[in-house]
Amino acid sequence: MKRTAFAAVSAIALVAGTSAFAGPEAEVLHYWTSGGEAKSVAVLQEEFAANGGTWTDMPVAGGGGDAAMTALRARVLSGNAPTAVQLKGPAIQEWYEEGVLADISNVAEAEGWANVLPASIAAHMQCEGTWCAAPVNVHRVDWIWANAEILEANGITMPTTWDEFNTAADKLMAAGIIPLAHGGQAWQDATVFETVVLGLGGAEFYQQALVDLDPAALTSDTMLASFDQMRKLRGYVDGNFSGRDWNLATAMVMNGEAAFQIMGDWAKGEFLAAGKTPGTDFLCASTPGDGFLYNVDSFAMFDVAGDDKRAGQDLLAKLIVGQNFQKVFNMNKGSIPARDDVDLAAFDSCAHLSAKDMGASSDGGSLMPSYAHGMALRGAQAGAITDVVTAHFNSDMSSADAVKMLADAVANSY
Amino acid sequence: MSDWLENHLPKAVLAPSFIAVLIFVYGFIAWTGWVSFTRSRLLPKYEIEGIIQYERLFASPRWDTAMNNLLLFGALFIVISMVLGLLLAILLDQQIRTEGVIRTIYLYPMALSMIVTGTAWKWILNPGLGIEAMVRGWGFESFTFDWLVNPDYAIYTVVLAGVWQSSGFVMALFLAGLRSVDEEIIKAAQVDGIPTWRIYSAIIIPSMAPIFLSAFIVLAHLAIKSFDLVIALTGGGPGYATDLPATYMYAMAFSRGDIGQAASSAMVMMGVVFAIVVPYLYSELRPRND
Repeated sequence: MKRTAFAAVSAIALVAGTSAFAGPEAEVLHYWTSGGEAKSVAVLQEEFAANGGTWTDMPVAGGGGDAAMTALRARVLSGNAPTAVQLKGPAIQEWYEEGVLADISNVAEAEGWANVLPASIAAHMQCEGTWCAAPVNVHRVDWIWANAEILEANGITMPTTWDEFNTAADKLMAAGIIPLAHGGQAWQDATVFETVVLGLGGAEFYQQALVDLDPAALTSDTMLASFDQMRKLRGYVDGNFSGRDWNLATAMVMNGEAAFQIMGDWAKGEFLAAGKTPGTDFLCASTPGDGFLYNVDSFAMFDVAGDDKRAGQDLLAKLIVGQNFQKVFNMNKGSIPARDDVDLAAFDSCAHLSAKDMGASSDGGSLMPSYAHGMALRGAQAGAITDVVTAHFNSDMSSADAVKMLADAVANSY
Repeated sequence: MSDWLENHLPKAVLAPSFIAVLIFVYGFIAWTGWVSFTRSRLLPKYEIEGIIQYERLFASPRWDTAMNNLLLFGALFIVISMVLGLLLAILLDQQIRTEGVIRTIYLYPMALSMIVTGTAWKWILNPGLGIEAMVRGWGFESFTFDWLVNPDYAIYTVVLAGVWQSSGFVMALFLAGLRSVDEEIIKAAQVDGIPTWRIYSAIIIPSMAPIFLSAFIVLAHLAIKSFDLVIALTGGGPGYATDLPATYMYAMAFSRGDIGQAASSAMVMMGVVFAIVVPYLYSELRPRND
């Protein structure tokens, strides 16, 4: 409360000299347009208005953000950037290099972001030392979801290694159950692939291979083994998986057609919406192996002219990382707060596990950015890897060929 | 004064569209060409870096797949649409009573957008929902028709849907061509007792050569810029087995922030179009000797 007052006073002080100040203004470009997401963003909108701000909504649906990025490109090229834009991961740095991001360090420092955000997530929000973006949430990508009833009926516990997973899957196959519900879209193939790489190689290898793109790691035996495991997984999905949407795959687990699904925690929303209870109807666990792959949504602040817009930007940044919004938004969205000091009492057991693992992996150095969801690499490099992963998964390519193709594709993507 | 108007009015009327075409077609072609020689990523940059983007393009296995698919899809799509269209047109040309109704039915797919066609065929061909599931439901348990999800055959489903959409249009083109053949010649041939199939193969079809060329040009450019059909039908999958140059370009420009790469693929696509259109224009525009 004190902080709000302080911010309000400082905002007024800041603009006292200008007569045109009409209160904080923000034009926000985002692609949260589906039901649950739209509800989540409305929370921010209301809070912004309650603090005296004027919110101009600019939702651009379609293409998982591609359409929004096209709109952004057009706006930036015409010299009229929105105040805040839903951007994430290396894309923030890419836009920073184009010289169009603003510096919101004053807000970040006043609010003590560095103390409450995990270091690796905070690093994404900083552009050469200054803060340029505000994190909204943390999605965990390396989740494996399971139908509790099927596992119990077949005497299977949640696998903690990929070998255990394979044993369980063989058992399920023999029992006539589809072991793995999967949708054959490139990004879903990539999601499974990165959890396999993390599980088989560990966090250090993941860092070398999928973050640093070290050629030695990309052509290593561990990478070969990862593709071998992908080939095994290909045998555990049903014949009709091509092009299936992820939520249909989730429904297969829900309805008992399939036992497992590997998908980020947005899948939890599907289970909850269908009235299922975590722990009794469905189980959540991290994918086999250690580590934590995060996918952090954030708002990057663009360089805008005018005091009212800049005041809006600061207010928005403060609210986004504020405890209240982090809590309400993430309960709606199924993710967990990016800051570690939010009261999680009202969250479900999967979120608790996620928050606990995030803290532990941040301390242990295994908190890793998800490559499949655009957190680890730039578009061209991530896309090059995904091409190889999906080509391998959807054909009978050998692992050796895939590894060679992977190294070539990465080298060719710069 | 009126002379002057008469001389210059057409030019004055055409000037705006001429200028618009100059800027928005040729200007942007030049712009894309320029960008294709740069290292543009998220936003266009203008420092020329040489042919690096083309080297990357031709080293990319995905582009390879896209070009092979274009060849395969283009050839099959054009040939099958033309053969089917011609056949339908000839059958319709037999002065049958319900011609109007049938012609409309065959033309209707053309009224649908490719997205609708693609989505409908996606459901029809989906092994779990469509034909395969239906035939299995009749008791033929071993029946398999999984082209859509088979990376080796998925491109043929794109051909199938494309042909379904376009052959009616080709039929209409050919039908108009058949009707434009001089009635007198046909009658004379009939009087001479020449069989109908000979009349078609020796008289009518050869005299429709310009129509073939038009149909070919229309279908060829449809094939090269094919995008929405693939997106709706297979999404480029399984994997990237049904990628076409247009979907490749879209992925690079809009999903991956690799504008230089997208520009170079666009230039190559334009080269392919030119390779087809320029000979056509040349043959159309050259001064007639006769």
